Amino acid sequence: MKLRKRGRIVVHIILLLGLIIVVFPFIWMLLTSFKTHAEAVQVPPCIFPKHLNLEGYTKIFTELPFLQVYCNTIISTIVTVVAQVVLCSMAGYAFGRLEFPGKNVIFLLILSVLMVPGQIFLVPQYLIIMHMGLLDTIAALFLPNLFSAFGTFLLRQFFMSLPKELEEAAVLDGCNQFQTFGKIMLPLAKPGIVSLVIFTAKFAWNDFMWPLIVNTSLDKTILGPALSALQGQYTNDYTGQMAGAVLSVIPIVILFFIFQKQFIEGVAQAGIKG
Amino acid sequence: MSIPNGQAQGLVRQKNKAKYRGWLCAYLFIAPLMIGLIVFYIIPFIQSVLYSFTDIDSFNNATFIGMANYQKMFTDPDMWRSLGNTLLWVVITVPIGILLSLIVAALLNTNIKGKSAYRTLYFLPVVTMPAAIAMVWKWIFNGQFGILNQFLALFGIPAHNWITDPKYAFWMVMIVGIWSAMGYNMVILLAGMQGISGSYYEVASIEGANPFQQFFKVTLPLLTPTLFFVLLTSIISGFQVFDIIYMMIGKGSPAYESTQTILMLYYRNAFDYSNKGYASAVAVFLFLIILVITAVQMKLQKKWVNYD
Repeated sequence: MKLRKRGRIVVHIILLLGLIIVVFPFIWMLLTSFKTHAEAVQVPPCIFPKHLNLEGYTKIFTELPFLQVYCNTIISTIVTVVAQVVLCSMAGYAFGRLEFPGKNVIFLLILSVLMVPGQIFLVPQYLIIMHMGLLDTIAALFLPNLFSAFGTFLLRQFFMSLPKELEEAAVLDGCNQFQTFGKIMLPLAKPGIVSLVIFTAKFAWNDFMWPLIVNTSLDKTILGPALSALQGQYTNDYTGQMAGAVLSVIPIVILFFIFQKQFIEGVAQAGIKG
Repeated sequence: MSIPNGQAQGLVRQKNKAKYRGWLCAYLFIAPLMIGLIVFYIIPFIQSVLYSFTDIDSFNNATFIGMANYQKMFTDPDMWRSLGNTLLWVVITVPIGILLSLIVAALLNTNIKGKSAYRTLYFLPVVTMPAAIAMVWKWIFNGQFGILNQFLALFGIPAHNWITDPKYAFWMVMIVGIWSAMGYNMVILLAGMQGISGSYYEVASIEGANPFQQFFKVTLPLLTPTLFFVLLTSIISGFQVFDIIYMMIGKGSPAYESTQTILMLYYRNAFDYSNKGYASAVAVFLFLIILVITAVQMKLQKKWVNYD
């Protein structure tokens, strides 16, 4: 829509006011994390810390297994992303491009998993992990998340949109199905795979309820539940809490700023196609 | 000329062999995923439904007790309060959240500069960890040292314990819920708006429609399919709110009851009280609510959604 100059200024003012509310918590979190305890609880408020005080950061690393939690989060995220890319692209390719008996019935099964609210699986999943003797292990953090109905659906849509001639050319060139998949189709599905990587990385990094349930030891959990523990342990220590919050959002925020176009377009596309 | 019988059979056999090999290959492609989905999702779904008719003791032995969990659920004041809170959450946060994201999307759909910078920053809360977000807002709302009270004091508004006082707590958590979901809907709505052909606006402006009229007469009607999608997904995720409330309202908080949603009730029963049978009934009930609401919306959409 075309606006005249005065209209544009009004639009900027409204958007900037909204932006203050959106961004303020991030700035406040960052500023508080560098304050001393006295500065943090000062009335009237102290906006900027006098010095960059690292007390909050050193405390969470010395008094909590924060480094271990950080490594757990990284491991869990990487394993989940890699497994989902491999498993979902293979299955997505088969559902999108191959013919086999029972295909529609099996695919319907995947769609139904997609439609059920995730919490309904939790109690049995917990019991399975328990029977496998995996409670309180790193593997428990990601095991059910390796298999994604959403990712399979996403990549199936993507594989379906590729032209059929490519496959025929590959067959003429003497590729078998595995070669056609690996050498021709997979590279072409890259934009779809990038979307899946981003969605999965955001999900795995920020996961909360599942790790909260399966892993009760602090050194076996990931950042979300660890923040909850941090909050319980240092009820009145806001510099430590904010330092933990800053560290837990930084990697995903950096990733977001690098890939913001893919992040946003992935979401936008999901909306249009939905 | 006809192909000798034996050779034709050979060809058919060869063709069949290739076909079976193709099938086998397809099954190999889907097998790893399907095994995982069956073990961790499909069987657990059936188990949850079965568990909801049982009593599970602390050693996880289940005894069949028929409809008792459901009977208990419908007479449990805790359940009704949680359901009421969840409905309140959905009824308040979904319309306000969609309205705000619609306004921001409409403003970003104009010919102003810096659109992609705005879009990126408004999306920031969507990617950040709900647990961290909840912690920061809790600190902002803190009754003693929180910046909100200090800011309000400038206008002579007295300090409140925003998140420990049951009167305010749920409303404050709702503000955070709206804040964190807004960017997501904004991006989807904006994409929908950008899919509307510019020629509609040209015609509208030739006919003398001002930007407001253009928005209500052109944008809004053509945006209804996107609005429908946003409404559907927002309601579904509204029923599943958990992280923010769990983080902001601690176990011992005086506001615990007034902020307990269905999923909090489920979590408490399944993992704090070891009431896994009852919790499964709650999960099945939540599933049925979502199913019914989705079905009703699918029916109602014919009345207000335009597909051209």
